Amino acid sequence: MTGAEIANANLLIDLSLLTMLVLVAFFMVRSRHLFAIVMLSGIYSLLSAAFFVSLDAVDVAFTEAAVGAGVSTVLMLAAMLLTTRREKPIIAGRSPIALLVAVLVGAALIYATLDMPAFGDAAAPANSYIGAAYVERTAQEIAVPNIVTAVLASYRGFDTLGETMVIFTAGLGVIMLLGAGSARGGRPVSDVGEDEKGGANEKGRA
Amino acid sequence: MSIEHLILRVVIKVMFAPILLFALYVQFHGDYGPGGGFQAGVIFAVAFILHALIMGLDETKRVLPIGALKALMVVGFLFYAGTGAATMLLGANLLGYDAIDPQSTHHAGQHYGILLVEFGVGMAVASTMVMIFYHFAGREPEIRDEDW
Repeated sequence: MTGAEIANANLLIDLSLLTMLVLVAFFMVRSRHLFAIVMLSGIYSLLSAAFFVSLDAVDVAFTEAAVGAGVSTVLMLAAMLLTTRREKPIIAGRSPIALLVAVLVGAALIYATLDMPAFGDAAAPANSYIGAAYVERTAQEIAVPNIVTAVLASYRGFDTLGETMVIFTAGLGVIMLLGAGSARGGRPVSDVGEDEKGGANEKGRA
Repeated sequence: MSIEHLILRVVIKVMFAPILLFALYVQFHGDYGPGGGFQAGVIFAVAFILHALIMGLDETKRVLPIGALKALMVVGFLFYAGTGAATMLLGANLLGYDAIDPQSTHHAGQHYGILLVEFGVGMAVASTMVMIFYHFAGREPEIRDEDW
């Protein structure tokens, strides 16, 4: 294949992925069935991961596939079991002001993208300054082949320490909200009547 | 033990070890390919979450009790922070990994440092993910068949 053919194929892949992303997002907004929405959000993450691969951002794609399509889908399913299966229907009047605001914000966002550098532009801010410095210096200073890892764990190690702290804190938050420290004692939720009845027995377990 | 979801049970039993192996590969190969502690931690957690989904939460809790997860969450984070403290004790900046092996001509200290902190990240992420799942899933006995 010639270079132009490859570029055309890439464009076709990008366009179809982005079209599917928009379609999935549209169905997520329209659907009231929570199970379908959770599944669609998993599909959305998987499509995003595929799109990141086509942008050569494999580390991001990997994270999106593992976290977005994998764990968060399961966590959303688990959370869904604690609530009803269907979203309550919203009886909303179609406000012209809302439409106007949406159109204006959308137009502003599209207008803003005109100022963005072209994809792969070597002179783009992301590819010059510190980005270029990381690419140049990693081989001498860190000597690991994956520059993303070098930036993440070494150049910005303090950042990543903070990120780990954030994940730890998120876990703590869930434990405190749902877990052994809560009034419910982390036991299974049932109907309200049963809940009060079984309360005394279950308290000791926590 | 009942044999409902027999196919899923067999599949997860076959897949469990390969998933863990893949997580370890992603964990320790982060220097050379895509991946690292965050991704590896999530994949590691997914193996246990799948196990809990199919075998039931109580079975998984026998393998990985909540107490162990609590400890792993803290140890994972402290492993990272401890690496930073260790480099400070060696006289460098916080997380200045070159202090781990100053004699090296090919930045072996950076390699060790990155491996250590990524290991801490993986431990913290994996245990936190499983912990969050335990707390969500523990509030309802199991997923009922009509819910699917």
